[in-house]
Amino acid sequence: MIRDITIGQYYPADSVLHRLDPRVKFVGTLAYIVSLFLFQSWGYILGTLFLVCMIVLSKVPFKFMVKGLKSIVILLMITLVFNMLFTPGEAVLTIWKLHITKEGLILAGRMGIRLIFLIIGASIMTLTTTPNQLTDGLETLLGPLKKIHVPVHEIAMVMSIALRFIPILLDETDKIMKAQMARGADFESGNLMQKVKNMVPLLVPLFISAFRRANDLALAMEARCYHGEEGRTQMKPLVYKMRDYIAYGILAVYFGTSILGVIFGF
Amino acid sequence: MSVELRDVTYTYSPGTAYEMHALEHVSVEIPNGQFVGVIGHTGSGKSTMVQHFNGLIRPTSGNVFYNGEDIWQEGYNLRELRSHVGLVFQYPEHQLFETDVITDVCFGPKNQGLSPEECRERAREALKHVGLDERFYEKSPFELSGGQKRRVAIAGVLAMNPSFLILDEPTAGLDPKGRDEILDQLALLHETRGISVMLVSHSMEDIARYVERIIVMNKGHVAFDDTPKKVFSHYKELEQMGLAAPQMTYIMHALKERGMDVDVTATTVEEAKASVLKALNHM
Repeated sequence: MIRDITIGQYYPADSVLHRLDPRVKFVGTLAYIVSLFLFQSWGYILGTLFLVCMIVLSKVPFKFMVKGLKSIVILLMITLVFNMLFTPGEAVLTIWKLHITKEGLILAGRMGIRLIFLIIGASIMTLTTTPNQLTDGLETLLGPLKKIHVPVHEIAMVMSIALRFIPILLDETDKIMKAQMARGADFESGNLMQKVKNMVPLLVPLFISAFRRANDLALAMEARCYHGEEGRTQMKPLVYKMRDYIAYGILAVYFGTSILGVIFGF
Repeated sequence: MSVELRDVTYTYSPGTAYEMHALEHVSVEIPNGQFVGVIGHTGSGKSTMVQHFNGLIRPTSGNVFYNGEDIWQEGYNLRELRSHVGLVFQYPEHQLFETDVITDVCFGPKNQGLSPEECRERAREALKHVGLDERFYEKSPFELSGGQKRRVAIAGVLAMNPSFLILDEPTAGLDPKGRDEILDQLALLHETRGISVMLVSHSMEDIARYVERIIVMNKGHVAFDDTPKKVFSHYKELEQMGLAAPQMTYIMHALKERGMDVDVTATTVEEAKASVLKALNHM
Protein backbone atom coordinates (compact mmCIF):
# COMPACT_ATOMS: atom_id res chain seq x y z
CA MET A 1 0.00 0.00 0.00
CA ILE A 2 2.66 2.41 1.07
CA ARG A 3 5.00 1.47 -1.75
CA ASP A 4 2.57 2.67 -4.41
CA ILE A 5 4.23 6.06 -4.66
CA THR A 6 6.42 5.89 -7.74
CA ILE A 7 7.86 9.41 -7.67
CA GLY A 8 11.53 9.08 -6.85
CA GLN A 9 11.52 5.32 -7.33
CA TYR A 10 14.07 4.11 -9.81
CA TYR A 11 13.31 1.02 -11.86
CA PRO A 12 16.50 -0.66 -13.02
CA ALA A 13 16.49 -1.80 -16.65
CA ASP A 14 18.78 -1.66 -19.64
CA SER A 15 17.22 0.78 -22.09
CA VAL A 16 18.13 3.78 -24.22
CA LEU A 17 16.23 6.04 -21.86
CA HIS A 18 18.18 4.72 -18.88
CA ARG A 19 21.46 5.46 -20.62
CA LEU A 20 20.55 9.00 -21.70
CA ASP A 21 22.19 11.93 -19.97
CA PRO A 22 19.94 13.12 -17.13
CA ARG A 23 20.07 16.66 -18.51
CA VAL A 24 18.47 15.47 -21.75
CA LYS A 25 15.73 13.70 -19.83
CA PHE A 26 15.15 16.74 -17.68
CA VAL A 27 14.87 19.12 -20.61
CA GLY A 28 12.80 16.54 -22.47
CA THR A 29 10.31 16.15 -19.62
CA LEU A 30 10.02 19.90 -19.30
CA ALA A 31 9.49 20.31 -23.05
CA TYR A 32 6.91 17.55 -23.01
CA ILE A 33 4.97 19.11 -20.15
CA VAL A 34 4.99 22.52 -21.86
CA SER A 35 3.85 20.91 -25.11
CA LEU A 36 0.88 19.35 -23.31
CA PHE A 37 -0.33 22.84 -22.47
CA LEU A 38 0.32 24.14 -25.99
CA PHE A 39 -1.77 21.56 -27.82
CA GLN A 40 -5.36 22.48 -28.56
CA SER A 41 -6.98 19.43 -30.14
CA TRP A 42 -5.32 17.20 -32.73
CA GLY A 43 -1.92 17.85 -31.22
CA TYR A 44 -2.78 15.40 -28.47
CA ILE A 45 -2.40 12.58 -30.97
CA LEU A 46 1.23 13.62 -31.37
CA GLY A 47 1.59 13.88 -27.59
CA THR A 48 0.12 10.41 -27.12
CA LEU A 49 2.37 8.92 -29.80
CA PHE A 50 5.42 10.50 -28.21
CA LEU A 51 4.45 9.19 -24.78
CA VAL A 52 3.76 5.67 -26.08
CA CYS A 53 7.18 5.65 -27.80
CA MET A 54 8.84 6.68 -24.54
CA ILE A 55 6.96 4.03 -22.54
CA VAL A 56 8.05 1.34 -24.99
CA LEU A 57 11.62 2.62 -25.11
CA SER A 58 11.94 2.77 -21.32
CA LYS A 59 11.37 -1.00 -20.90
CA VAL A 60 9.64 -0.23 -17.60
CA PRO A 61 6.42 -2.22 -17.08
CA PHE A 62 3.46 0.06 -17.72
CA LYS A 63 1.83 -0.74 -14.38
CA PHE A 64 4.62 1.10 -12.57
CA MET A 65 3.64 4.31 -14.31
CA VAL A 66 -0.02 3.78 -13.57
CA LYS A 67 0.81 3.40 -9.89
CA GLY A 68 1.94 7.03 -9.85
CA LEU A 69 -1.52 8.03 -11.08
CA LYS A 70 -3.24 6.65 -8.01
CA SER A 71 -1.94 9.53 -5.93
CA ILE A 72 -3.64 12.12 -8.14
CA VAL A 73 -7.02 10.44 -8.52
CA ILE A 74 -8.68 12.89 -6.12
CA LEU A 75 -7.05 15.92 -7.72
CA LEU A 76 -8.14 14.61 -11.10
CA MET A 77 -11.73 14.15 -9.93
CA ILE A 78 -11.92 17.67 -8.51
CA THR A 79 -10.45 19.14 -11.68
CA LEU A 80 -12.85 17.27 -13.90
CA VAL A 81 -15.95 18.11 -11.86
CA PHE A 82 -15.11 21.80 -11.50
CA ASN A 83 -14.30 22.19 -15.16
CA MET A 84 -17.47 20.44 -16.20
CA LEU A 85 -19.74 22.45 -13.92
CA PHE A 86 -18.26 25.91 -13.84
CA THR A 87 -17.36 26.58 -17.44
CA PRO A 88 -19.88 28.97 -18.97
CA GLY A 89 -21.31 27.98 -22.31
CA GLU A 90 -23.95 25.89 -24.00
CA ALA A 91 -25.65 23.60 -21.47
CA VAL A 92 -25.85 19.93 -22.36
CA LEU A 93 -27.32 18.65 -19.15
CA THR A 94 -28.91 20.54 -16.25
CA ILE A 95 -29.31 19.02 -12.82
CA TRP A 96 -31.01 21.36 -10.33
CA LYS A 97 -28.96 24.59 -10.59
CA LEU A 98 -25.86 23.01 -12.08
CA HIS A 99 -25.19 23.11 -15.80
CA ILE A 100 -22.83 20.77 -17.52
CA THR A 101 -21.72 22.66 -20.60
CA LYS A 102 -20.25 21.48 -23.85
CA GLU A 103 -17.28 23.80 -23.40
CA GLY A 104 -16.89 22.46 -19.89
CA LEU A 105 -16.76 18.86 -21.10
CA ILE A 106 -14.11 19.70 -23.68
CA LEU A 107 -12.08 21.61 -21.13
CA ALA A 108 -12.41 18.82 -18.56
CA GLY A 109 -11.28 16.24 -21.11
CA ARG A 110 -8.30 18.37 -22.01
CA MET A 111 -7.32 18.93 -18.38
CA GLY A 112 -7.71 15.24 -17.62
CA ILE A 113 -5.44 14.24 -20.49
CA ARG A 114 -2.92 16.91 -19.50
CA LEU A 115 -2.76 15.78 -15.89
CA ILE A 116 -2.52 12.07 -16.68
CA PHE A 117 0.13 12.56 -19.36
CA LEU A 118 2.03 14.95 -17.13
CA ILE A 119 2.27 12.42 -14.30
CA ILE A 120 3.16 9.55 -16.61
CA GLY A 121 5.78 11.69 -18.37
CA ALA A 122 7.36 12.74 -15.10
CA SER A 123 7.20 9.14 -13.84
CA ILE A 124 9.11 7.94 -16.90
CA MET A 125 11.91 10.35 -16.03
CA THR A 126 12.10 9.31 -12.37
CA LEU A 127 11.74 5.62 -13.21
CA THR A 128 14.64 5.66 -15.67
CA THR A 129 16.96 8.00 -13.78
CA THR A 130 18.54 7.35 -10.41
CA PRO A 131 17.95 10.16 -7.91
CA ASN A 132 21.67 10.89 -7.92
CA GLN A 133 21.79 11.32 -11.68
CA LEU A 134 18.72 13.48 -11.51
CA THR A 135 20.18 15.95 -9.05
CA ASP A 136 23.55 15.90 -10.85
CA GLY A 137 21.74 16.85 -14.02
CA LEU A 138 19.77 19.55 -12.28
CA GLU A 139 22.89 20.98 -10.71
CA THR A 140 24.67 21.36 -14.05
CA LEU A 141 21.55 22.64 -15.79
CA LEU A 142 21.02 25.31 -13.17
CA GLY A 143 24.76 26.10 -13.04
CA PRO A 144 24.42 29.51 -14.72
CA LEU A 145 22.19 30.67 -11.86
CA LYS A 146 25.24 30.65 -9.58
CA LYS A 147 26.21 33.96 -11.19
CA ILE A 148 23.24 35.58 -9.49
CA HIS A 149 24.10 33.88 -6.18
CA VAL A 150 21.52 31.13 -6.25
CA PRO A 151 22.90 28.32 -4.03
CA VAL A 152 22.53 25.72 -6.79
CA HIS A 153 24.85 23.17 -5.25
CA GLU A 154 23.12 23.35 -1.88
CA ILE A 155 19.70 23.02 -3.48
CA ALA A 156 20.86 19.97 -5.42
CA MET A 157 22.37 18.45 -2.29
CA VAL A 158 19.17 19.01 -0.30
CA MET A 159 17.18 17.46 -3.12
CA SER A 160 19.37 14.40 -3.47
CA ILE A 161 19.31 13.81 0.27
CA ALA A 162 15.53 14.20 0.33
CA LEU A 163 15.10 11.76 -2.56
CA ARG A 164 17.56 9.37 -1.01
CA PHE A 165 15.55 9.31 2.19
CA ILE A 166 12.14 8.64 0.67
CA PRO A 167 12.57 4.86 0.42
CA ILE A 168 14.29 4.73 3.81
CA LEU A 169 11.48 6.59 5.52
CA LEU A 170 8.89 4.46 3.72
CA ASP A 171 10.58 1.34 5.05
CA GLU A 172 10.73 2.89 8.47
CA THR A 173 7.04 3.78 8.35
CA ASP A 174 6.23 0.23 7.36
CA LYS A 175 8.31 -1.13 10.24
CA ILE A 176 6.88 1.18 12.91
CA MET A 177 3.37 0.56 11.64
CA LYS A 178 3.87 -3.18 11.99
CA ALA A 179 5.44 -2.79 15.41
CA GLN A 180 2.46 -0.78 16.64
CA MET A 181 0.03 -3.18 14.99
CA ALA A 182 1.75 -5.95 16.94
CA ARG A 183 0.75 -3.95 20.03
CA GLY A 184 -2.84 -3.86 18.88
CA ALA A 185 -2.84 -0.47 17.15
CA ASP A 186 -5.55 0.04 14.56
CA PHE A 187 -4.82 2.30 11.62
CA GLU A 188 -7.88 1.52 9.54
CA SER A 189 -11.17 1.84 11.39
CA GLY A 190 -12.75 4.80 13.18
CA ASN A 191 -13.86 8.22 12.02
CA LEU A 192 -11.52 10.94 10.81
CA MET A 193 -10.68 12.32 14.28
CA GLN A 194 -9.93 8.86 15.62
CA LYS A 195 -7.82 8.05 12.59
CA VAL A 196 -5.75 11.19 13.12
CA LYS A 197 -5.36 10.30 16.80
CA ASN A 198 -4.35 6.76 15.89
CA MET A 199 -1.53 8.17 13.79
CA VAL A 200 0.31 9.53 16.82
CA PRO A 201 2.01 6.21 17.66
CA LEU A 202 3.25 6.16 14.08
CA LEU A 203 4.22 9.80 13.59
CA VAL A 204 6.14 10.41 16.83
CA PRO A 205 8.61 7.55 16.29
CA LEU A 206 8.86 8.44 12.61
CA PHE A 207 9.84 12.04 13.33
CA ILE A 208 12.30 10.99 15.99
CA SER A 209 13.89 8.55 13.59
CA ALA A 210 14.04 11.17 10.82
CA PHE A 211 15.81 13.60 13.14
CA ARG A 212 18.19 10.89 14.32
CA ARG A 213 19.04 10.00 10.75
CA ALA A 214 19.53 13.65 9.81
CA ASN A 215 21.85 14.07 12.76
CA ASP A 216 23.88 10.98 11.85
CA LEU A 217 24.13 12.06 8.23
CA ALA A 218 25.30 15.57 9.15
CA LEU A 219 27.94 14.08 11.40
CA ALA A 220 29.11 11.65 8.72
CA MET A 221 29.34 14.48 6.18
CA GLU A 222 31.32 16.68 8.53
CA ALA A 223 33.62 13.78 9.36
CA ARG A 224 34.42 13.60 5.65
CA CYS A 225 35.18 17.31 5.53
CA TYR A 226 32.15 18.32 3.51
CA HIS A 227 32.00 22.10 3.38
CA GLY A 228 29.76 22.90 0.49
CA GLU A 229 30.63 23.31 -3.13
CA GLU A 230 33.97 25.06 -3.03
CA GLY A 231 36.75 23.03 -4.63
CA ARG A 232 34.49 20.03 -5.08
CA THR A 233 34.88 17.85 -8.19
CA GLN A 234 32.75 14.98 -9.37
CA MET A 235 33.70 11.36 -9.67
CA LYS A 236 31.55 10.93 -12.75
CA PRO A 237 31.14 14.32 -14.45
CA LEU A 238 28.29 14.46 -16.96
CA VAL A 239 29.46 14.36 -20.58
CA TYR A 240 27.16 14.43 -23.60
CA LYS A 241 27.48 11.50 -26.00
CA MET A 242 26.23 10.98 -29.54
CA ARG A 243 22.88 9.55 -28.40
CA ASP A 244 22.28 12.63 -26.27
CA TYR A 245 22.69 14.94 -29.26
CA ILE A 246 20.33 12.74 -31.30
CA ALA A 247 17.79 12.86 -28.45
CA TYR A 248 18.08 16.65 -28.35
CA GLY A 249 17.42 16.68 -32.10
CA ILE A 250 14.26 14.59 -31.73
CA LEU A 251 13.11 16.80 -28.87
CA ALA A 252 13.69 19.93 -30.93
CA VAL A 253 11.56 18.54 -33.77
CA TYR A 254 8.81 17.51 -31.33
CA PHE A 255 8.82 20.84 -29.51
CA GLY A 256 8.96 22.77 -32.77
CA THR A 257 5.88 20.91 -33.98
CA SER A 258 3.98 21.70 -30.82
CA ILE A 259 4.85 25.40 -31.17
CA LEU A 260 3.55 25.27 -34.71
CA GLY A 261 0.45 23.82 -33.11
CA VAL A 262 -0.11 27.06 -31.23
CA ILE A 263 0.33 29.10 -34.39
CA PHE A 264 -1.95 26.95 -36.53
CA GLY A 265 -4.29 26.03 -33.72
CA PHE A 266 -4.18 22.22 -33.64
CA MET B 1 -2.13 -24.57 21.87
CA SER B 2 0.39 -24.15 19.10
CA VAL B 3 1.43 -21.98 16.22
CA GLU B 4 2.21 -23.48 12.90
CA LEU B 5 3.44 -22.42 9.48
CA ARG B 6 2.53 -24.94 6.81
CA ASP B 7 4.36 -24.84 3.49
CA VAL B 8 4.72 -21.05 3.66
CA THR B 9 6.28 -19.15 0.77
CA TYR B 10 6.71 -15.39 0.86
CA THR B 11 7.84 -13.25 -2.06
CA TYR B 12 8.74 -9.57 -1.78
CA SER B 13 7.51 -7.32 -4.63
CA PRO B 14 6.28 -10.18 -6.83
CA GLY B 15 6.36 -9.52 -10.56
CA THR B 16 8.87 -6.66 -10.44
CA ALA B 17 12.59 -6.21 -10.88
CA TYR B 18 12.93 -6.32 -7.09
CA GLU B 19 11.24 -9.70 -6.73
CA MET B 20 12.81 -11.76 -3.97
CA HIS B 21 11.81 -15.03 -2.37
CA ALA B 22 12.27 -14.46 1.34
CA LEU B 23 10.76 -17.78 2.35
CA GLU B 24 10.33 -20.94 0.33
CA HIS B 25 8.13 -23.82 1.51
CA VAL B 26 8.76 -23.32 5.20
CA SER B 27 6.91 -25.60 7.62
CA VAL B 28 7.42 -25.09 11.34
CA GLU B 29 5.32 -25.95 14.36
CA ILE B 30 5.86 -24.46 17.80
CA PRO B 31 4.02 -26.30 20.59
CA ASN B 32 2.97 -24.47 23.73
CA GLY B 33 5.58 -23.66 26.34
CA GLN B 34 8.66 -24.20 24.21
CA PHE B 35 11.76 -21.99 24.28
CA VAL B 36 12.91 -21.85 20.68
CA GLY B 37 15.82 -20.14 19.01
CA VAL B 38 15.80 -19.06 15.38
CA ILE B 39 19.21 -18.55 13.86
CA GLY B 40 20.22 -17.40 10.44
CA HIS B 41 22.54 -15.14 8.54
CA THR B 42 21.38 -11.61 7.60
CA GLY B 43 18.82 -12.01 4.83
CA SER B 44 18.10 -15.67 5.56
CA GLY B 45 14.40 -14.93 6.05
CA LYS B 46 14.20 -15.21 9.82
CA SER B 47 12.61 -11.79 10.39
CA THR B 48 10.16 -12.44 7.55
CA MET B 49 9.27 -15.78 9.07
CA VAL B 50 8.45 -14.45 12.54
CA GLN B 51 6.17 -11.77 11.12
CA HIS B 52 3.96 -14.55 9.79
CA PHE B 53 3.18 -15.88 13.25
CA ASN B 54 1.00 -12.92 14.26
CA GLY B 55 -0.39 -12.18 10.84
CA LEU B 56 1.59 -9.02 10.09
CA ILE B 57 2.42 -10.35 6.67
CA ARG B 58 0.32 -12.63 4.60
CA PRO B 59 2.06 -15.61 3.02
CA THR B 60 2.20 -15.59 -0.78
CA SER B 61 1.25 -19.25 -0.55
CA GLY B 62 0.78 -21.69 2.32
CA ASN B 63 -1.11 -21.43 5.62
CA VAL B 64 -0.58 -20.12 9.12
CA PHE B 65 -2.42 -21.79 12.00
CA TYR B 66 -2.98 -20.64 15.55
CA ASN B 67 -4.49 -23.34 17.76
CA GLY B 68 -5.44 -25.24 14.64
CA GLU B 69 -7.31 -22.33 13.08
CA ASP B 70 -6.22 -20.78 9.81
CA ILE B 71 -5.54 -17.13 10.65
CA TRP B 72 -6.18 -15.98 7.08
CA GLN B 73 -9.65 -17.46 6.81
CA GLU B 74 -12.55 -15.08 6.31
CA GLY B 75 -13.55 -13.21 9.48
CA TYR B 76 -10.61 -14.28 11.67
CA ASN B 77 -9.83 -11.65 14.31
CA LEU B 78 -6.21 -10.69 13.64
CA ARG B 79 -6.13 -8.03 16.34
CA GLU B 80 -7.03 -10.61 18.93
CA LEU B 81 -4.41 -12.98 17.55
CA ARG B 82 -1.82 -10.25 18.03
CA SER B 83 -2.59 -10.05 21.72
CA HIS B 84 -1.93 -13.79 22.04
CA VAL B 85 1.18 -13.81 19.87
CA GLY B 86 3.40 -10.92 20.97
CA LEU B 87 6.13 -9.79 18.61
CA VAL B 88 9.01 -7.57 19.68
CA PHE B 89 10.71 -6.11 16.64
CA GLN B 90 14.38 -5.39 16.09
CA TYR B 91 15.40 -2.18 17.87
CA PRO B 92 11.98 -1.95 19.52
CA GLU B 93 12.99 1.24 21.33
CA HIS B 94 12.36 3.03 18.02
CA GLN B 95 8.62 2.52 18.47
CA LEU B 96 8.29 4.39 21.78
CA PHE B 97 6.13 7.48 21.49
CA GLU B 98 4.40 8.38 24.75
CA THR B 99 5.35 11.11 27.21
CA ASP B 100 6.20 8.72 30.02
CA VAL B 101 7.29 5.13 30.35
CA ILE B 102 4.19 3.70 32.02
CA THR B 103 1.76 5.25 29.51
CA ASP B 104 3.80 3.82 26.67
CA VAL B 105 3.64 0.34 28.16
CA CYS B 106 -0.12 0.84 28.62
CA PHE B 107 -0.60 1.28 24.87
CA GLY B 108 -0.95 -2.46 24.20
CA PRO B 109 -3.38 -3.28 27.04
CA LYS B 110 -5.38 -0.15 26.19
CA ASN B 111 -5.83 -1.44 22.64
CA GLN B 112 -7.06 -4.70 24.12
CA GLY B 113 -9.88 -2.71 25.69
CA LEU B 114 -8.85 -2.91 29.34
CA SER B 115 -9.77 -0.23 31.89
CA PRO B 116 -7.11 2.36 32.79
CA GLU B 117 -6.55 0.74 36.21
CA GLU B 118 -6.09 -2.70 34.69
CA CYS B 119 -3.72 -1.21 32.10
CA ARG B 120 -1.52 0.34 34.75
CA GLU B 121 -1.59 -2.88 36.74
CA ARG B 122 -0.45 -4.85 33.69
CA ALA B 123 2.16 -2.24 32.82
CA ARG B 124 3.68 -2.31 36.31
CA GLU B 125 3.81 -6.07 36.25
CA ALA B 126 5.46 -6.12 32.82
CA LEU B 127 8.00 -3.48 33.78
CA LYS B 128 8.85 -5.48 36.89
CA HIS B 129 9.37 -8.53 34.69
CA VAL B 130 11.92 -6.78 32.50
CA GLY B 131 13.69 -5.48 35.60
CA LEU B 132 13.19 -1.75 35.18
CA ASP B 133 13.42 0.24 38.39
CA GLU B 134 10.26 1.96 39.59
CA ARG B 135 11.81 5.42 39.64
CA PHE B 136 11.85 5.41 35.82
CA TYR B 137 8.10 4.81 35.42
CA GLU B 138 7.11 8.48 35.24
CA LYS B 139 10.10 9.56 33.16
CA SER B 140 10.04 10.26 29.45
CA PRO B 141 11.19 7.16 27.56
CA PHE B 142 13.53 9.36 25.54
CA GLU B 143 15.58 10.24 28.62
CA LEU B 144 16.50 6.61 29.24
CA SER B 145 19.61 4.76 28.10
CA GLY B 146 19.50 2.35 25.15
CA GLY B 147 19.20 -0.74 27.33
CA GLN B 148 16.47 0.79 29.47
CA LYS B 149 14.50 1.85 26.39
CA ARG B 150 14.77 -1.68 25.08
CA ARG B 151 13.30 -2.99 28.35
CA VAL B 152 10.42 -0.54 28.16
CA ALA B 153 9.67 -1.63 24.60
CA ILE B 154 9.76 -5.32 25.52
CA ALA B 155 7.49 -4.58 28.49
CA GLY B 156 5.12 -2.86 26.04
CA VAL B 157 4.51 -6.21 24.36
CA LEU B 158 4.63 -8.24 27.58
CA ALA B 159 1.89 -6.10 29.11
CA MET B 160 -0.53 -7.60 26.60
CA ASN B 161 -0.05 -10.95 28.36
CA PRO B 162 0.78 -12.94 25.24
CA SER B 163 0.93 -16.71 25.51
CA PHE B 164 3.56 -16.79 22.79
CA LEU B 165 6.33 -14.22 22.74
CA ILE B 166 8.62 -13.66 19.76
CA LEU B 167 11.67 -11.42 20.03
CA ASP B 168 13.60 -10.41 16.92
CA GLU B 169 17.23 -9.81 17.91
CA PRO B 170 16.36 -8.48 21.37
CA THR B 171 20.01 -8.04 22.29
CA ALA B 172 21.33 -6.34 19.14
CA GLY B 173 23.51 -3.38 20.03
CA LEU B 174 23.49 -4.02 23.78
CA ASP B 175 26.59 -4.46 25.91
CA PRO B 176 27.31 -7.99 27.28
CA LYS B 177 25.84 -7.15 30.68
CA GLY B 178 22.61 -5.74 29.26
CA ARG B 179 22.40 -8.70 26.91
CA ASP B 180 22.73 -11.28 29.69
CA GLU B 181 20.25 -9.46 31.89
CA ILE B 182 17.58 -9.33 29.22
CA LEU B 183 18.09 -12.95 28.21
CA ASP B 184 18.04 -14.10 31.85
CA GLN B 185 14.81 -12.24 32.44
CA LEU B 186 13.27 -13.83 29.36
CA ALA B 187 14.29 -17.27 30.58
CA LEU B 188 12.75 -16.49 33.97
CA LEU B 189 9.58 -15.33 32.29
CA HIS B 190 9.42 -18.54 30.30
CA GLU B 191 9.71 -20.53 33.53
CA THR B 192 7.36 -18.53 35.74
CA ARG B 193 4.61 -17.71 33.26
CA GLY B 194 4.98 -20.83 31.16
CA ILE B 195 4.71 -18.91 27.88
CA SER B 196 6.42 -20.00 24.70
CA VAL B 197 9.35 -17.82 23.77
CA MET B 198 10.98 -17.56 20.37
CA LEU B 199 14.33 -15.87 20.23
CA VAL B 200 15.68 -14.71 16.87
CA SER B 201 19.39 -14.10 16.71
CA HIS B 202 22.46 -14.59 14.60
CA SER B 203 24.64 -15.42 17.57
CA MET B 204 24.79 -19.06 18.62
CA GLU B 205 26.45 -18.20 21.93
CA ASP B 206 23.44 -16.11 22.97
CA ILE B 207 20.95 -18.76 22.17
CA ALA B 208 22.74 -22.00 23.09
CA ARG B 209 22.47 -21.39 26.81
CA TYR B 210 18.72 -20.86 26.91
CA VAL B 211 16.78 -22.64 24.22
CA GLU B 212 15.63 -26.24 23.96
CA ARG B 213 15.25 -26.19 20.20
CA ILE B 214 17.03 -24.36 17.39
CA ILE B 215 15.67 -23.59 13.95
CA VAL B 216 18.42 -22.69 11.51
CA MET B 217 17.32 -20.60 8.53
CA ASN B 218 19.34 -20.40 5.36
CA LYS B 219 18.33 -18.67 2.11
CA GLY B 220 14.62 -18.84 2.93
CA HIS B 221 14.66 -22.51 3.89
CA VAL B 222 14.73 -24.30 7.21
CA ALA B 223 18.20 -25.86 7.21
CA PHE B 224 18.08 -27.56 10.62
CA ASP B 225 15.37 -27.89 13.24
CA ASP B 226 16.52 -29.84 16.28
CA THR B 227 17.91 -29.69 19.80
CA PRO B 228 20.94 -27.39 20.18
CA LYS B 229 23.39 -30.26 20.65
CA LYS B 230 22.28 -31.98 17.45
CA VAL B 231 22.29 -28.73 15.50
CA PHE B 232 25.79 -27.86 16.67
CA SER B 233 27.07 -31.26 15.59
CA HIS B 234 26.62 -29.90 12.05
CA TYR B 235 29.12 -27.18 12.82
CA LYS B 236 30.86 -27.55 9.46
CA GLU B 237 27.63 -26.99 7.53
CA LEU B 238 26.77 -24.09 9.81
CA GLU B 239 30.04 -22.46 8.88
CA GLN B 240 29.23 -22.74 5.21
CA MET B 241 26.05 -20.78 5.92
CA GLY B 242 28.09 -18.01 7.47
CA LEU B 243 27.16 -19.07 11.00
CA ALA B 244 29.27 -20.60 13.72
CA ALA B 245 28.72 -23.09 16.50
CA PRO B 246 29.61 -22.00 20.05
CA GLN B 247 33.35 -21.83 20.69
CA MET B 248 33.14 -24.81 23.05
CA THR B 249 31.98 -27.04 20.19
CA TYR B 250 35.18 -26.28 18.31
CA ILE B 251 37.40 -26.83 21.33
CA MET B 252 35.75 -30.14 22.17
CA HIS B 253 36.02 -31.36 18.59
CA ALA B 254 39.69 -30.37 18.49
CA LEU B 255 40.34 -32.22 21.76
CA LYS B 256 38.55 -35.29 20.44
CA GLU B 257 40.71 -35.25 17.31
CA ARG B 258 43.83 -35.17 19.46
CA GLY B 259 42.64 -38.38 21.11
CA MET B 260 40.98 -37.09 24.25
CA ASP B 261 37.74 -38.85 25.14
CA VAL B 262 35.49 -35.81 25.67
CA ASP B 263 31.82 -35.15 25.04
CA VAL B 264 31.71 -33.17 21.79
CA THR B 265 28.13 -32.02 22.41
CA ALA B 266 29.13 -29.80 25.34
CA THR B 267 28.19 -26.21 24.49
CA THR B 268 28.72 -24.23 27.67
CA VAL B 269 31.94 -23.70 29.58
CA GLU B 270 30.58 -25.62 32.60
CA GLU B 271 29.64 -28.68 30.57
CA ALA B 272 32.98 -28.60 28.79
CA LYS B 273 34.86 -28.29 32.06
CA ALA B 274 33.06 -31.27 33.55
CA SER B 275 33.67 -33.35 30.46
CA VAL B 276 37.37 -32.46 30.23
CA LEU B 277 37.93 -33.21 33.93
CA LYS B 278 36.18 -36.54 33.54
CA ALA B 279 38.31 -37.43 30.54
CA LEU B 280 41.49 -36.43 32.39
CA ASN B 281 40.57 -38.62 35.34
CA HIS B 282 40.19 -41.60 33.03
CA MET B 283 43.60 -41.09 31.48
